[in-house]
Amino acid sequence: MIGYLSYFKTRFNAGLQYKVAAVAGLLTQIFWGLLYCSIYQAFYSNTSIPDISFKEIITYVWLNQAFIALIYINVKDVDILKSIVDGTVAYELVRPYHLYNWWYIKLLAGKLSSCLLRFGPILLLGFILPAPFSLSLPYSIISFVLFLISLILGTILLCGILMIIHSVAFFTVNYKGIFSISCQLMALVSGFVIPVPLLPDIVKKITYFMPFRLIGDLPFRIYSGNIGINIALMDILLQFIWIIIIMIIGFSLMKRALGKVFIQGG
Amino acid sequence: MIEVKHVSKTFKVLKRKEGLKETLKAFIKREYKHVHAVDDISFTIKKGEIVGYIGPNGAGKSTTIKMLTGILNPDSGTIRVNGIDPFKERRKYVKNIGVVFGQKSQLWWDIPVIESFNLLRDIYKIDNNRYKKTLEELVSLLKLEDIINTPVRQLSLGQRMKCELAASLIHEPSILFLDEPTIGLDAISKLALRKFIKEINKTKKVTIILTTHDMSDIDALSNRVIVIGKGKKLYDGSLSKLKKDFGGNKKLEIIYNKLEEIPKDIKIIKKTKNSLLIDLDGKNSSDVISKFVNICEVKDVNIYEDNIDDIILELYKEYNL
Repeated sequence: MIGYLSYFKTRFNAGLQYKVAAVAGLLTQIFWGLLYCSIYQAFYSNTSIPDISFKEIITYVWLNQAFIALIYINVKDVDILKSIVDGTVAYELVRPYHLYNWWYIKLLAGKLSSCLLRFGPILLLGFILPAPFSLSLPYSIISFVLFLISLILGTILLCGILMIIHSVAFFTVNYKGIFSISCQLMALVSGFVIPVPLLPDIVKKITYFMPFRLIGDLPFRIYSGNIGINIALMDILLQFIWIIIIMIIGFSLMKRALGKVFIQGG
Repeated sequence: MIEVKHVSKTFKVLKRKEGLKETLKAFIKREYKHVHAVDDISFTIKKGEIVGYIGPNGAGKSTTIKMLTGILNPDSGTIRVNGIDPFKERRKYVKNIGVVFGQKSQLWWDIPVIESFNLLRDIYKIDNNRYKKTLEELVSLLKLEDIINTPVRQLSLGQRMKCELAASLIHEPSILFLDEPTIGLDAISKLALRKFIKEINKTKKVTIILTTHDMSDIDALSNRVIVIGKGKKLYDGSLSKLKKDFGGNKKLEIIYNKLEEIPKDIKIIKKTKNSLLIDLDGKNSSDVISKFVNICEVKDVNIYEDNIDDIILELYKEYNL
């Protein structure tokens, strides 16, 4: 346990080294935030959508940009993939820890440190922006608490999903194709590109059978009150269930991979 | 201590032929070929030994090391180290071993060396006082004082390899596996590394299993060698016996001023205007020299002994590798 904790701290600190990347990321996120705001303004000026109001959408946009590090699926961990491809993973196997936990911690620490470097300035900007584009305060205190809980659970779920995607590298020679395609599709049905309430009905129905909307879409809509407390509690329960399912899949996938692994070269 | 009995490992390798037609065909029917990386190998190693494990590229050295370290599961046969099955009880087993793969790095590339060591302390749950003592020892033996606070990515290969060795020993393992530890190192680093390996073997009684292509490593370090080729064990025994059986050829070079007639019953390898290279072929060198002294004016003599590279080549030739 102490080893895992120590590794988390080390990875978290190492992640905080990348300040230039964080500044670059910040600027990108602010740009996208403003762009999305303008698009939705144009969109909402002619229509009204009963599922989600303009104010809720703007809040969604800024939260999405502020917490992008915690919810964005399409980020590979180059160290992990490289170690699988070039065989450095051999070293991980001569250590007294379980590889699943180890890599999970690396992913989680990376996400948290990356988020810590970015979310403050974006939230601040969102709050000080003038009226139509400004980030609203949480709908209620209970909504805010549930938002925090579901955001944390969403991040835990995301790392579990990423573990499955990364494990695939054990089974293929070139992971890049499968990685890009699956991540794009998952981003689409997670509400990252377009919030789930704005998706076509058929796609919306599909998202409810998948875990991806529980990563970011759920917490952001709880925050703005778009999802009420009762449904929020049900969805948080659903997050727990999906976390267990995803972790069991990832764990057994890795077990299978390590059973048949052969390390090439050297 | 280490017991390996009739261990085999076969890999299934996809056969890929060239050409578009063959590539398309491979979509429907895949052909595999079976590579016997390790084929029925047995040996035992006692505590405190240094064993050199050598063989040509692709002989199965690394596969054996990976089975001994619990990374790979043998297809058949058994491996027991102090009674433990390395693969089945991997996490318990690895607490007691240190591993260095010369071509890979176990240090975290984006953090300073000392932080990697501290992390290893927590991974192996080493008592802090004990850790400090071991670290101090390793740092002074390997002269790491100046580089321990440098991020790993900024180290030279020689410096990094020293740190790799230190990292593999920080939890005081009783067995150390070194897979090509001197690959790519310059002469000074090699010597320093060898000295260190000898030292820890002597003072800490660490059992060391070493694979290498650099025969001078073996010459300097181990008294026992296991030679494998094409997955099979070819030789297991002392280095001196190997030298005697497969080498031991001494050559004599005589440089002279004027020679009228070459004595009979002498095997000549090379002849120039004023020198002769002779295969001694078991003869006493002083006898041969005195023969020459009697018939000509000998200016200088040199005796060459087969070095270990020649011996290994001889051995490979014998087994058609």
